[in-house]
Amino acid sequence: MLSFFSKPRIQGGIHAEGHKAATATQPIVYTFPLPEKLYIPLQQHVGKPAEPLIRVGDKVLKGQLLAYSQGLISAPVHAPSSGIILDVNDYPAPHPSALPIRMIVLETDGKDEWIDTQTITDPFQLPPEDISLRVGAAGIVGLGGATFPTAVKLNMGRENHIDILIINGAECEPYLSCDDRLMQERAEQIIDGVRIMLHGMDTKNAVVAIEDNKPLAFKAMQTAALPYPQIKVMQIPTRYPMGWDRQLIRFVTGREVPVGCRSSEIGVTIHNVGTAHAVHKAIRYGQPLVARVITVSGGAVNRPMNVEVPLGTLIAELFAFCQVDAENTARIIMGGPMMGDALPHTGLPTVKATSGILALTQDELKNTDEQACIRCARCVSVCPAGLRPLDMANNIRINQLDAAVDLGLKDCISCGCCSFICPSNIPLVQYFKYASGEVAARQQAQHKSEQTKRLIDARNARMERIAQQQLEEEQARIAAKLERERLKAEQEVSA
Amino acid sequence: MYVLSAIISLTLLGLFLGLLLGIAAKYLKVESSPIVDELEALLPGSQCGQCGFPGCRPAAEALAEGKAAATMCPPGGSALAEQIAALLGLDLDLTEVKEPELLVARVSEATCTGCTRCFKVCPTDAIVGAPKQIHAVVADACIGCKKCVDVCPTECLQMHPIEVTLRNWRWAKPVLPEMSNSLC
Repeated sequence: MLSFFSKPRIQGGIHAEGHKAATATQPIVYTFPLPEKLYIPLQQHVGKPAEPLIRVGDKVLKGQLLAYSQGLISAPVHAPSSGIILDVNDYPAPHPSALPIRMIVLETDGKDEWIDTQTITDPFQLPPEDISLRVGAAGIVGLGGATFPTAVKLNMGRENHIDILIINGAECEPYLSCDDRLMQERAEQIIDGVRIMLHGMDTKNAVVAIEDNKPLAFKAMQTAALPYPQIKVMQIPTRYPMGWDRQLIRFVTGREVPVGCRSSEIGVTIHNVGTAHAVHKAIRYGQPLVARVITVSGGAVNRPMNVEVPLGTLIAELFAFCQVDAENTARIIMGGPMMGDALPHTGLPTVKATSGILALTQDELKNTDEQACIRCARCVSVCPAGLRPLDMANNIRINQLDAAVDLGLKDCISCGCCSFICPSNIPLVQYFKYASGEVAARQQAQHKSEQTKRLIDARNARMERIAQQQLEEEQARIAAKLERERLKAEQEVSA
Repeated sequence: MYVLSAIISLTLLGLFLGLLLGIAAKYLKVESSPIVDELEALLPGSQCGQCGFPGCRPAAEALAEGKAAATMCPPGGSALAEQIAALLGLDLDLTEVKEPELLVARVSEATCTGCTRCFKVCPTDAIVGAPKQIHAVVADACIGCKKCVDVCPTECLQMHPIEVTLRNWRWAKPVLPEMSNSLC
């Protein structure tokens, strides 16, 4: 009865069709043929890009460090296979614009030969700082898609005295099932990774949260976690975006992350199940992050599957392996259909953030005939962040961006619930993405105009100083001349 | 008794100082209106004259007197118009405002003779170089005023749009379809 009065633990959200069965029922495929060329971007994470330390023509082994991390928030990049470095140059990035970014091109030699790796039998003897260092050196970033360097998060965990580590196994995006399969097949390794993370963060308790549409994964994880009382596995309702950190924290702990704060400030940290698995491999076997499981699905895919590929594999090769019908493909999406990015072509590499690649047919896409807003406020009721999308979009349409910011534009997580539910097909999220970019551009313009003023002032001051100096020199010359004439006159007088 | 003298002396002191302040306010009055200063601080300050006024200060004065629209500064674009409108409490229609096209100068190395004329006129010191050395433009500091283009004897300085990279790429605004049957 009391729970009737307590705050709801889930805010907003939608029920979307899962489309997961096509890939979730089959085991992960490990027989992906090694591509001839791998395109490895230097920035596959949040923060500063990595700095290459190899030269063109170098021979490298699988797992060898190619580029080191620069600065506090950054991650290194390793060779996904053995071979020769062909080029370090700008190539199209896996991004809606496909603009070029710096990449290392590796020609594989087919041997897939590992570098010497260090196996650790008892990682719990290592000091927690050492765990962070090793995780950082292995280039591990958040594999749920946020790609925040994991080592930084572990360090923050130690500093902020985290009392609960939440392992995110929600996988709430439709179509995607790579985390589901990973939990079914590698439950013990994931639990081991969770224990290592707990040790690295100096935290006592962990909760693995899995949506209740994955009963097999839940069972497998529960069995694997049985010997460890500090790890609790729980089921959460299936409702997109359940995997959003704030929603998950609210549901699991009942705590609310305040606006503008990080979850670590209220004593909670979230990691993805894929990240836990990568941590297990990095610490136990010394293997850096060089491959990941990717869901390839969608109506245009003839062999939908979860497949482990080396990072840097071109999407075109992935599509050839999964027999994608190019003619029926209306849109290529990296990530899930709700938050993923539409890509313009398949000549782009897969990166650490790639949880799925979808080839969708026209039938699977939403009708885009935009109609006038009828103010039904469905977007308001589904918004997990508690915003008013219709009002924000109306303000953005007439370029009143400040008004949109006041309505909470910066708290929008681009989850896509509002666009999904809108009966008038208004591209609300695109409005918000456009507005966020525009606000950032205006801040930059403001910054530049301040800088311009400083530069102009500095130049004016310099010009004045130079004029002053010339004036003084001129006066000194005149004074010297007068002095000479006076001396001359004195000499004449004395003579 | 002490209390009484304290009250009297403090009251007298207060009256005297008040009188002093009153006189000062009358004879030492600041001529410039603070709103004009604030407006001038908002304007770009490059004295480009595209608004039709001889510089940013006269433009700010015109704005304060209500003789110019908030949308009068082309280089400032809608961001500046919004700030001005907020400061002056004006209603603003931004649908007509064009965003400024950002251009930066670039030196063509093939034709630069190293004559140093361009960096002498650059108001932001955005051009680096030395006599008989090829000059270069620091794109981050260039404000696109075109003063260098005018003085270059070999036409080696040209204005180019800013290169789009992943850093400055932005989502486009959704285009509204024609709504024939809409009520608004």
